[in-house]
This record gives sequence, C-alpha cells and structure tokens, in this order.
Amino acid sequence: MTTPSSDVLMSFEDAIATFDPVMGLEVHVELNTLTKMFCGCPTEFGAAPNTQVCPVCLGLPGALPVVNQKAVESAIRIGLALGCSIAPWSRFARKNYFYPDMPKDFQTSQYDEPIAFNGALDIVVETDDGPQSITLGIERAHMEEDTGKISHLGGATGRIHGADYSLIDYNRAGVPLIEIVTKPIEVEPALAPAVARAYVTELRELIVALGVSDAHMHQGSMRVDANLSLKPRGRAEFGTRTETKNVNSIRSVERAVRFEIQRQAVVLSSGGTIVQETRHFHENDGSTTSGRVKEEAEDYRYFPEPDLTPVAPDEAWVESLRATLPESPLLRRARIREEWGLSEHEMQSLINAGALDLVEQTVALGADPADARKWWTGEIARISNERGLDVAVLPITPADVHRIIVLTSDGALNDKLARQVIEGVLAGEGGPDEVVASRGLAVVSDDGALLEAIDAALAAQPDVADKIRDGKVQAAGAIVGAVMKATAGKADAARVRELILRRVSGA
Amino acid sequence: MSDLTRLDASETAAAVAAGEVTAREVAGAHLDRIEQTDEAVHAFVHVDRELTLAAADAVDAARASGGPLGPLAGVPLALKDVFTMRGAPTTCGSKILDGWRPPYDATVVERLRDAGVVVLGKTNMDEFAMGSSTENSAYGVTHNPWNLERIPGGSSGGSSAAVAARQAPLAIGTDTGGSIRQPAAVTGIVGVKPTYGAVSRYGLVAFSSSLDQGGPFARSVLDAALLHEVMAGHDPRDATSIDAPVPPVAAAARGELGGVDGLKVGVVTQLQGEGYQPGVQARFDEVVQLLTSLGADVVEVSCPSFDYALPAYYLIAPSECSSNLARFDGMRYGLRAGDDGKNGVEQVMAITRAEGFGPEVKRRIMLGTYALSAGYYDAYYGQAQKVRTLIRRDFEAAYRDVDVLLSPTTPTVAFPIGERADDPVAMYKADLATLPSSLYGGPAMSLPAGLGDDDLPVGVQLMAAVQRDEQVYRVGAALESALQERWGGPLLDRIPELATGGAA
Amino acid sequence: MPALDRDDVAHLARLSRLQLTDAERDHYGEQLDVILAAVARVAEVAADDVPPTTHAVPVVNVTRPDVVVPCLSREDVLSGAPAAEDDRFRVPRILDEEEQ
Ligand SMILES: [Mg+2]
Ligand SMILES: [Zn+2]
Repeated sequence: MTTPSSDVLMSFEDAIATFDPVMGLEVHVELNTLTKMFCGCPTEFGAAPNTQVCPVCLGLPGALPVVNQKAVESAIRIGLALGCSIAPWSRFARKNYFYPDMPKDFQTSQYDEPIAFNGALDIVVETDDGPQSITLGIERAHMEEDTGKISHLGGATGRIHGADYSLIDYNRAGVPLIEIVTKPIEVEPALAPAVARAYVTELRELIVALGVSDAHMHQGSMRVDANLSLKPRGRAEFGTRTETKNVNSIRSVERAVRFEIQRQAVVLSSGGTIVQETRHFHENDGSTTSGRVKEEAEDYRYFPEPDLTPVAPDEAWVESLRATLPESPLLRRARIREEWGLSEHEMQSLINAGALDLVEQTVALGADPADARKWWTGEIARISNERGLDVAVLPITPADVHRIIVLTSDGALNDKLARQVIEGVLAGEGGPDEVVASRGLAVVSDDGALLEAIDAALAAQPDVADKIRDGKVQAAGAIVGAVMKATAGKADAARVRELILRRVSGA
Repeated sequence: MSDLTRLDASETAAAVAAGEVTAREVAGAHLDRIEQTDEAVHAFVHVDRELTLAAADAVDAARASGGPLGPLAGVPLALKDVFTMRGAPTTCGSKILDGWRPPYDATVVERLRDAGVVVLGKTNMDEFAMGSSTENSAYGVTHNPWNLERIPGGSSGGSSAAVAARQAPLAIGTDTGGSIRQPAAVTGIVGVKPTYGAVSRYGLVAFSSSLDQGGPFARSVLDAALLHEVMAGHDPRDATSIDAPVPPVAAAARGELGGVDGLKVGVVTQLQGEGYQPGVQARFDEVVQLLTSLGADVVEVSCPSFDYALPAYYLIAPSECSSNLARFDGMRYGLRAGDDGKNGVEQVMAITRAEGFGPEVKRRIMLGTYALSAGYYDAYYGQAQKVRTLIRRDFEAAYRDVDVLLSPTTPTVAFPIGERADDPVAMYKADLATLPSSLYGGPAMSLPAGLGDDDLPVGVQLMAAVQRDEQVYRVGAALESALQERWGGPLLDRIPELATGGAA
Repeated sequence: MPALDRDDVAHLARLSRLQLTDAERDHYGEQLDVILAAVARVAEVAADDVPPTTHAVPVVNVTRPDVVVPCLSREDVLSGAPAAEDDRFRVPRILDEEEQ
C-alpha cells in the first residue's frame, strides 16, 4: 500500500495547466425520520449497540420491508428543492453484493427508476475576480438504506488492514439515506476544488433548510464521495476515475479533490495510468490512499425489489409537498444581503463562518444586523476556530448574544467586558446577566470614581495634559488607556474621553 | 370419541366447542399418531409435545372461561418448517439453519394462535422449498403414506404426508411453483394456493418473493376453506399483502354460493395429453364428464403462452432465490464454517454456504446469479417477466369466457424416491401444470380425482381469476361430493393402513 | 448462449459465495448448461412491446407511517449469532474494502 508521504504530487498550478478535471459528487444524506427506511426501529444516533434492531433490519429469514412514508416525502422534497423532476412511477431495486455490514447481503436501493432526476443547484464560488455563480447539474436523487457499523479489532487498531476480526452493530442498518448524484462537473480547472466545497456547502444548507436531516458530516449523517478524473486539455473523452470516500468535512472535500488532481496529474504525465479504484481520504495530511481496486465492473445484479410496491406519487401529492418547501438558501441569502446591506464578500464570510442562521435569529430578536454579525463572526467565531468546533454547536444562543448586544448598547458593558461575558457563557456560567453578576463585570458608571482616576493620570503625565490643552485631542488616548487600566477595563471609554476633555478644558 | 385422528377439522372443532372432547385429548391423539407412524413417514422435523399440549390447554382454558372460540379452535395442524415460530427451530430443510430459533412469529403463526389452532410441529420440506419431492432436505426424505417407496411431492411434502397419514387434520404449506398442489395431488388430499398476496408472507422464509404463497392442506374442501380464512387477510407488515376482504371461501365450500350447474369450465389444451400418464389423463377425463353431468358447461380453452411457463419460472424463481438466500452467510445466525482465524470473511462465507446448502439450492443460486448478471438480465430475467405478462393475458382472456380452468395437477402419480434425484430437468417437469397460475398469481386448488397408475392418487387442478378464490372452492366442493358419492367415501379411506410402531 | 466453462462457473460461484471443488465446478457446469438450454426458450417469444409483470395484483405506494415500534431485545438480536462480543456480532477479518 502506498503511504501518503511517498506519493509525489504535481503542483496544483502545473496540474491544471495540462489537465481538465472532471468531478462527480455523490452525497449520502441520512434522513432524520423517527424510524428506519423499511421498519419501525428508531434511528437515534448513539444508542447502545444492537438495541435498535428488529427482524427486518437484521435481515432475519422471513422478515419483509415496508417503505417509510415520511422518507418518501423527504426524498420528494429534496428532489423538488433541487429542481428535479419527480418520477410519476419509481421503484426500489436490490443491489446484490456480499458484505457483513449489510444484513440481507443486498442493499435495497433505487437503480434505473429513481424517485427524482434531472435537477440543478446554483452555487457561488469565490474567485480572484470576486464571487462567481455556477449552476451544477443534478443527475438524480434516490432512496436507499444505510449499512451497519463495523469496528475492526486486533492488529493495527481501527484499521481494516491487519485487523484480526471485526464487530458489527446493526443499529444504523436500514436508516433511510438519500443519495444525491451530480452530473459530471467540468468547470474552470482552477476552481474545481472550491466548486466541490461550495456544492457540498450549498447542498448541506438546503438539506438543513428542508429540515430532513441533521446533515452532520462529523457524525456521518452527511457523507461525500468524490469521483475525479483528468483528461488532457482538449481531449473530449473522460479519463479513468477514482472515487474518494471517507470525506468527513466540507473543508476535506476541497482538499481531497485538490489532492487527487495533483496525484493523478503526476501519474498521467509520467506515462502511467489511473486505476479505477476507491480511495480513502486522510484528514491528518489531506492525502488519499488506494482502497479497493475494481478489477472488473462490480456486477450488482440489480433487479426490481419484489417485496416492495412501486412508488408512484401523483401530482397532487407532489404539489402538496412542493408547498412545504422553504425559501431556497440562495434566494434567502440574496434577500438577507439586501436587507442588511452587506457586500458579497461580507455575506460570504458570514456563510463561511457558519453563522448566517445564528445572526438571522439574533436579528429576529431585535438586534442590529451589524452588531449581531460583529459578535458571531468575531469573538465567537474566533473561539470556535480555537476549539475546532462549528459555531452552531457552541453553547451560546442567539438570545444570549442579543442580550449582550443590549447590555453593550445600554452602556452597561463595553466590548472588552462583553468578550468576558461571552467567555463566561461558553464556560457554562449561565446566561449573560448571570455572568455579569457573578464576575462583577458592570461598567464603572460613577463619574466621581472616573474623575479620580483621570486626575491621577493627568497628574502622572503632565505633558499629555498640555498637549490636549494645545488642541491635540488625540493625545487624550494615553489618558484613556491609563484610566481603563486603573479601572480594570470596566470603564466606558467614550465616557472617559468626554470627562478628560471636560477636565482639561476646565469645564 | 373412538379415533380422533379420523375426524375432519370441522368435526373436531365442533366437538371441542361442544365440550365433547378437549383440545388436549385431540392434540394427544395426534401426537401419539405421529409417534407411531413418523418413523416410517418422516413428515416432521420437529415436534414438541409440551409446547403442543400447552397450546391445546390454552384453548381448553378459553372454552372453560366462556371466551369466544375460533372456527378451528382445538384443531391440530402441521406447519411447514419455512414459517418462523417462537419456541421452535426453523430450518427450512437446510443445514445452514440447523438449530436456528427465530426470535419472532410469522403473521400466519399469530393468526393460527389467535384462532386457537394447535400447532403440532414443523414439517419436512425440500431445502428452502426448492424441489418437488421432499428429497432435498438436510433432515432426511419424507415418504408417501400411500406407498413408502414413493415421494410425497414437494416442496411441502412433510405437510402433505402428515395430513394423508392422519398425523394432522390440517397442514400449512407454501406454493411457489406448485409446492402445495403437487404434494396434495400425489398424497390424495386437498391443497390450495390462494391468490398471491392473500396470505401474509411475513415470517415465511422467502424462496421466490414474487411467487411464494402460503396455503392450506386438508382432507376436505371445507376444511381447507376454514383454514384459508384463518390464514388470509391483510397484513401491514407485508407490502404485497392484498388490502381487501378475503373472498367467501368457506361459504363457497358449503355450497352457499351454488353448485356447478350453469358454470363455465375451461379445459386447458396445453395442460393435458402428451406427457401426462394414462391413469392421470383417464381420471381427468372422468372429472370433465362428471362436471358436464352436473350441469357445467365445459369448453376447451387454448393458452399458448403456458408452454413457456416452465422456462420462465426456472428463470424468475432462481433469480429471486439467488438474492433471497444471500443472507445465509454465517454472520448473524445459523451455520458458520471455516472460521479458523486465518480465513477472511469472504472465504468463511463461501465455505459456510458450500457446507450449508445442498446441491439443488446451489444449482438454483448459480442459475439465478447468471440470469441476473449484467449482459444476461434482459435475455433471461427480463424476458421471463414478459412471458409472465403473456401468461397473465392468456388467463385474463380465458376468464372472460369461463369461470374456472381445469387441468390435471401433475403429469404423473408419485414417482419412486430417487428416480429423478440427479436429473433436475425431469424433476422440474412435475410442476408443468401448476406453474402457469403461480406466474399469474391466481388461486388454484388440487383435489383428489381417484387412483391412477400403480393405484396411487391423481389430483385435478382448479384455477380461477385473481381474487376469485371462492370459485375454486365452489367447484371443488361440488366435485368432491360427486366424486365421493361415486367412490362411496373419501379417497383417503383407500389408503393402506400404515404399520404403527413406537409407543402407543 | 455459449456453454459454461469451468471459469464461468467459478465466476458464478464467487459471485454467489459458494466454494466449489473442480469436480463440482464441472458437474454444475454441465447441469447449468442443460438447464440454461431449456430455459433459453423464453427468448422465442417476441415480446418487445410487452411490459413485464412482477405481481399478481399491481398496487403502488404501500407505505407505513413513520411511527416507532418496539425493537427486539438485544438477547434476541444476538441469540442466533455464531460469534458475539461486546454486544456486537463478531465476524472474521475483512480483507478487501468495499463500502457504500
Ligand atoms: Mg448508493
Ligand atoms: Zn428494524
């Protein structure tokens, strides 16, 4: 097996100077239905092993599947949100192959008759010339079931190679999945990695807006397989593709595509050939390594699932589901950008920080958009980066941030104190008011105490007082700093400056 | 009561309801009969006296407390070992499931329990229901009570033998291509394949999902109808279960829908003549004459696509079975072989399946795998499903003109054990006449038509349109009573007495 | 259709996860040839414009509500397991990789 470090890569710039990358992205989304695709077992994440299992999802002899109505509705809603046609008649098929995490040794999926097909998704990519809007084609979205979870034991811990044996928990077996497949993506070569990232970001937002999945990539409720091939510039036919799996974050999608472009480029330009195979992405160094070589096209012997009836949504049903679609994330962003008066760039950094929803909710509580943005994409985003967590999962709510904004604009807090309040809230010390009270963080609003500190500072720096008297008002900053220091940052700087000027002018 | 094993199910149920006999006594008499005769017949693969008597006691207790009793309360039944039942093993005649005790009940088993039917045990079968002779079982061969050297039919041969041997008045089988009707025919009893979807398949270990159908065995048409009504009905756990009222089969069997006078009966050209034994053809011709004499209007009907039923069936059923049987891989239940710590999972699966499956199952799995392969799907599986449409059209055209169709059930009487064991194609011909209605999905019944070659039973098959199950019972009951009048009693009265051994 | 040679049977056996000896391969190859020759007759019926039939009673949209029903107890789940450890099914090492 080739180790990541032994792979020689071509520089990205050289690679895209010679080759045109062609991508295909397959995204599996675990639906948040209460029950599994074909049985009534709960789908909750994290239950004790093999406690959410019944004869159906354990594939016991004699058990039969029955389709979850809600899963079909979610599939149709996803299809509609992606602008797909909804098949008036679609079917489940069996995809036959043996694998121990699959209780029936076939996956019930959809094959040539998917529920949704032929759609499109608009994405926005940052380029050197500013944001660029690109439309990607959606080949299909279909329903299928998830597999159980395998843990490899013995040998090199956790790795399939060298493991002595494996243990299987079938709780996840049968959880409904929607697989969304793009049409081949051919964009400006330099943009390919960013396009992959933007697609997954946009799709994830859409899924979340639809409320059909948590779409947590780190928990595996949204999983991305990236297919990539290169063709020499000017050639029409596609090259051999690889399929990179295990891509567990949005950032990794971009890295994986970039890596494969560089790796395939060096293989091809040194006269080698690309092997059709699955590859595995490694978070630590952003590399991919060879998985299973597909010596021959796997023969899945698909045939219509005889235990299930066709799914044939009539127009009325489809239209009633269409009526439940939320505003598309793209339109919503355009609306918000206009309402808040943001530049495209400001909007993009808001999205990149994963804070759009949170800011919107904070604004909905009455906060000024600028203030809300300042805190979510500033101090809170900084901490989330530090901790390597999404902003959304930090234990601070839009209501907390709104309260902090109110306290700040009332003058009860200054920015420095507000940052301490955020820190306290994140440390689990309670809501903003509780943190203010317990940490004693109120701004010193007693002019007498401030004047005392000002007098002391002016006395210590008589030359500064003279400068101010001479009209060099900006020199007051040094006194403000001294006062802030003396009050341990609890003073309102604006008020201090005002008092200094008054004092010096003798008013 | 003198001999409880000679009573019909309806008589037994009436006697239990009237308090003339307890369910425990009835069950005990049948358990004794099994003990005495099953060494020779080998109909059962699992009998649990305690469990059976406990079920009988529950019926007696319900009666004692004045609770409502089902129409078959207290009647014993032999269950084909292809249905799951808690408290008993389910093997499907396969070594690969040796010792497996399912943690859940089939819907059919739930319904039996609710109806107060007492399950005596599980009956032998061709492995995973693949076969027509019950020779393909990992648990031994079942013998025909009419002649122990002969096959009892298959795949539900344990169930048919149990009823013919008076080990049980009722039995349940499954029919994928004829596995109820053919065993019924060769053992001289009544067997019915209901309309596909009438009886829930939940808990029926699948052979061919689009064809499998559970159904009753009995010694009379009425008994079969009573059991049919207990078994059938919509089940939300089976997506292919029919969500409509069960046709009035018991009323039809009692003659309440009328006899055959004025009914139109079609004789299928393609299902007689060449390939049918003289004795089979003779009994069949007599039935046709009898129906005419009863006032039926018998006409000849041609169904040309029926000639393709055999090849279509032997593509569809193996294809589905190759997928249905994939799960027997030694990972979650049943046999695991070759797990020596060195072999990887793929090898362990392959060794397990090689050891666990018999030759017929392997043959069909490979045949089905081939038929579904890329490049062959359209020519084989796809084309077979189209043939199915042509067969359906033939049936639909026929039922525009006639009420039921008629044919011999099997081309021959029970053949000698071992005769076709290594000739799959010859074996497959046992199902020639039963396959068309399996592919179509309509109801079909086999009932005794007399004795043919070698003094062995011959069956006649009645077929009706989808969801018109009452039609086969109506005609079947009329025919049964006319035939028994002619014979001076049930055909089964002529079965040679079995030597009884074991403890009495 | 061409006759099945030993390699064809080996391929089918591998797809089906059936370990066969050479003798078995030959034996099944011969039998499958005979059966395939018999069933290939379905191709005689020209059926270009004929739709396939999958079920006796064609129904669509048979679904169940998204309502939780009780699961099996873990004891029941693992009761048939040839090997179990840590409340999970223990299976032999997996040499190749294949994920969905
Ligand atoms: Mg898939
Ligand atoms: Zn389940």
